[in-house]
Amino acid sequence: MDRHHHLPDDLLLAYAAGSLAEGWSLAVASHLTYCLSCRQRDGALEAIGTAALEEMPPEPMDAGAFEACMARAESAEAEQPGNVVAGSNTPAPLRQYLGCDIDAVKWSPLGGGIRQHLIETGDETRARLLFIPPGEDVPQHTHQGLELTLVLAGSFADGDEEFHAGDIEVADETVDHTPVSGPNGPCICLAVTDAPLVFRSWLPRMIQRFAKI
Amino acid sequence: MSDAAGATKQPWEALLLAVAETGDRDAFSRLFAHFAPRVKSYLLRQGSSPSQAEDIAQETLALLWRKAGLFDPEKASASTWIFRIARNQMIDRIRRRKRPELDPNDPLLTPAAEPAPDRQASKQEDIAAVRSALAELPEKQREVIMLSFFEEDPHPAIAEKLQLPIGTVKSRIRLALARLDTLLDRNAHGES
Repeated sequence: MDRHHHLPDDLLLAYAAGSLAEGWSLAVASHLTYCLSCRQRDGALEAIGTAALEEMPPEPMDAGAFEACMARAESAEAEQPGNVVAGSNTPAPLRQYLGCDIDAVKWSPLGGGIRQHLIETGDETRARLLFIPPGEDVPQHTHQGLELTLVLAGSFADGDEEFHAGDIEVADETVDHTPVSGPNGPCICLAVTDAPLVFRSWLPRMIQRFAKI
Repeated sequence: MSDAAGATKQPWEALLLAVAETGDRDAFSRLFAHFAPRVKSYLLRQGSSPSQAEDIAQETLALLWRKAGLFDPEKASASTWIFRIARNQMIDRIRRRKRPELDPNDPLLTPAAEPAPDRQASKQEDIAAVRSALAELPEKQREVIMLSFFEEDPHPAIAEKLQLPIGTVKSRIRLALARLDTLLDRNAHGES
């Protein structure tokens, strides 16, 4: 398993168990849309959760629980499949947050042609879309925590590794990197962190203070 | 779909399809009798009060009824479908968080349709096989896997409970998952 382009078991296990924070879960759910091997792993981990549920010692339900449940079941219509948006370039879980496709979002400039769009989450994770013009460096940075970067359009290279639409980069505090967007069109990615990025030069630090990266 | 088959082979998929196709209350009552008490137990284990666990377990099964038409036995077992509903109710109602989810009908899904033969052969999603592999795990490994599904913030919680450094918890979970893969692989090939 190429751990740089796929999600590691600890993230997928937390996602399957329901303990993964919202921002990470958004990146995971969006990556799963593109990646059969991570979907299969997610299925295998959900099967372990299912086995855990089956192993639970049964706890008796209250008297009349079945009738109460039936009444609830029939108090609302059966669920229909959700509407799918044909021709969208944006994974459904991400589109729910944006309310539109990635090419219709409002961007804020970060300098150097780089733009961002912040995505509100209900917890400590920070999620944003980044728009990086072709051939542009994202300033060299390290992390205090984890960073997940999912490519949605275009591509970027980090060292010898290339990341294309649907690929995800998993970087922790041991990674000190300068990703470069590919030459063919802008790179749009979903970046999730749980701590501010640490830039190595003074100019991005100035930007950072204003941009809340 | 006889009672005898229900007692031995647990054809949950057939029962759920009967609910979907004909609104079969008898089939639903058998799903309820088996799963509602386990869902309630799972919710209690996640820290909910008895009355909340009762309420969410009823809600989970009510959702099962309403979502039955969306169930596709090619894509998941009925019990995994129930696990997902229970887990999502737990996240929503107990932890009050959001869980972004893959849309299995997303036109962007790559590849669009997973080949049916692979699905059939997927031993890792065969719940009976997973349960017997879990039973073969060394107790310490089994414990960390199970706890991973019950704790809100599993690594620190397991570390505290077992009096272990977090690094040891993480490596034990990794070893346990690798061992489980090996067991599932071996059992699927009929060796022992």
